Amino acid sequence: MGMLFSFALTGASSATESAGEPTLPLGLEDKTEALEPELPFGLNLERKEPAQNFQPPAFAQHSILTGFWEARGGIRTQNDAHERDASLGETRLQLETQKHLRSLLLKVTSDFIYDPVFDHHSIRLEKGEGFIDLREAHILLSPLDFLDIKLGRQILTWGTGDMLFLNDLFPKDWKSFFIGRDIEYLKAPSDAVKVGFFTGIANLEVVYTPRFDPDRFIEGKRISYWNSSLGRRAGRDINVDVIKNDDWFKDNELALRLFRNVRGYELAAYGYYGFWKSPAGLDPVTSEAIFPDLVTFGASMRGKLFQGIGNLEFSYYLSQDDESGRNPFIKNSEFRNLIGYEQELARNFTVGVQYYLEYMLDYQTYVHNLPPGSKKADEDRHVITFRITKLLMNQNLTLSLFAYYSPSDQDTYLRPLIHYKINDHWSAETGGNIFWGNNDDTFFGQFEKNSNLYAGLRYGF
Amino acid sequence: MTKSQLMIEVVTPFFLFFFCFPSSNVFSGELSVDEIVEKTNHISYYQGKDGRAQVSMTITDSQERKRSRLFVILRRDEQEKVKETDGDQKLYVYFIRPADVNKMVFMVWKHRARDDDRWLYLPALDLVKRISSTDKRTSFTGSDFFYEDVSGRAINEDTHEILEVTDTFYVLKNTPKEPDSVEFSSFTMWIHKETFLPIKTVFFDKQGEQHRVYEALKVEMIQGFPTVTKSRMKNVKTGGETLMEYGNVEYNLELPEDIFTERHLRKAPRNYLK
Repeated sequence: MGMLFSFALTGASSATESAGEPTLPLGLEDKTEALEPELPFGLNLERKEPAQNFQPPAFAQHSILTGFWEARGGIRTQNDAHERDASLGETRLQLETQKHLRSLLLKVTSDFIYDPVFDHHSIRLEKGEGFIDLREAHILLSPLDFLDIKLGRQILTWGTGDMLFLNDLFPKDWKSFFIGRDIEYLKAPSDAVKVGFFTGIANLEVVYTPRFDPDRFIEGKRISYWNSSLGRRAGRDINVDVIKNDDWFKDNELALRLFRNVRGYELAAYGYYGFWKSPAGLDPVTSEAIFPDLVTFGASMRGKLFQGIGNLEFSYYLSQDDESGRNPFIKNSEFRNLIGYEQELARNFTVGVQYYLEYMLDYQTYVHNLPPGSKKADEDRHVITFRITKLLMNQNLTLSLFAYYSPSDQDTYLRPLIHYKINDHWSAETGGNIFWGNNDDTFFGQFEKNSNLYAGLRYGF
Repeated sequence: MTKSQLMIEVVTPFFLFFFCFPSSNVFSGELSVDEIVEKTNHISYYQGKDGRAQVSMTITDSQERKRSRLFVILRRDEQEKVKETDGDQKLYVYFIRPADVNKMVFMVWKHRARDDDRWLYLPALDLVKRISSTDKRTSFTGSDFFYEDVSGRAINEDTHEILEVTDTFYVLKNTPKEPDSVEFSSFTMWIHKETFLPIKTVFFDKQGEQHRVYEALKVEMIQGFPTVTKSRMKNVKTGGETLMEYGNVEYNLELPEDIFTERHLRKAPRNYLK
């Protein structure tokens, strides 16, 4: 404890008697005298503090184990001929540990899942199948002042979109996103090395992934999808068969971001060399889905705008295996653009809006080469998103809604959510994934039969 | 006139007059209200060039149910080039408890001339979120302290007057210049004359009733800086209260400016957080 501060009470009353001092208005004089506080411990020598048991817990313990246990279940709101009625049913234990070894930090986060609803799989760590989903297993070190290296399994995110991805080419788990798992599971882990160079002029991050990490995309096992070859929805009956790019170092990916904060405006430029993350082509001979080569370039800006935050981002996707657009079985190159705005409109009430545009390049070539009978995709795909968040009950209750609406596809995807923090350990949430579309083959419309409601209970420690 | 005559007949009476018969602020040693406000603001938010504190908050609601928050706060003042007055600051708040906010980081670049820049880092998603907020009267992490209580309210947002000067306190009344932007009609502060620490602050609502009451419960001298290490904010209306306790407080750690950047949202500066 610090030194006690001693101070002399002189008893002089000269101050209050000096001329020019305002007299207190009627009523207030009595109030302030009654309210005058006692001096706290430390300023009043005569007041001795009782012995305390409280000691703020030590922060830097060398090994800390934290995590949660959770039970979560969901049901479909519509009949889906190709899937089970239960969309989700699992109990999960996440354990996270961090250990400092001299100047190294080792972090491991792993989920242990018991899923009685779905078929068991043998453990496949890269796909996250089986009863173990290894989320993180990496080391972090700074061999030089301006250099950070993160090596191993890690979750990576960059870009300014809210649930929309332009320059974030890190793997996503669409399955978890659509069936009502916690939002944390939208991001799938990467097995990569990230190197960051941080200087006063600009910062550069480079992520090298030695073996392609695709999205955990919709294959039909839990979520039915539009199968264009069959011309109908499919699910458990026909899973998406893919040709995997899984040669170490040959099928690799490289992502870069150059960024700088200029007076509160976050500027960034991006580059990516690798593959389309979700299947974006078809092998016409075997009908297997493929991940064609992809190179992207983009830039973004985010910062204060009016009373809120504005962001602007664009990205050019160069589909290397079909640069001319002549191959109808491989996605054309495209441009992605995003403009967004978020503002706190009232106390504990925030609203965000985004406008996203995806436009296909070489459209005429695409149309010209389309096989007869194939549905022609739009040149432009427009998507508008809304996010509304309201906090209540001392910020323990969160009501939120995230909505995607595509005026060009005429479909929509709603994500309502209610989250309540029961106490410091327990929390409960319930929400939905509602898909609706005018057509069965548009991006969100195809998932119409998968609309579901879910609920979860979590104990954190 | 000789030197001794000058001393006796002119100089001494001159001094005696001003010391025995205090009449104006300047000569009696009393400070003006603006000086008191500036000194108090400095003591509350700007002591030392930077600082670190481990903070434990206990939030009790009207039914005696308790929630806790544990975090470490790093603060660094930006030295203005023109003058050394209290200006911009950067804050880095690393959360430890409860479990659902563990390892999250809240970072603020506090500006005097414009709205603050705020970020929230979510480690499970590796997501750096930019937080929009012009409302500083929102609860800080669900406690009875508002964001502005923690980061500091600009002194030019209110008009200040001295209600009373007692043996121990300067009692100030502060009235907002833009009453529509805040939930209080005025707040009264009892400022300890020796240390300029606010010992008690009462916020009155629009009806003139007590709304929230802040009290400093314990003060320690740390590296020569008088520091409130235990305080309480009571919400008289709801019956709830938040107790805030500081541990491991340290000033002038020579915090590098680059801690308050995206790099360290993703990689917590362990050395300084201990």
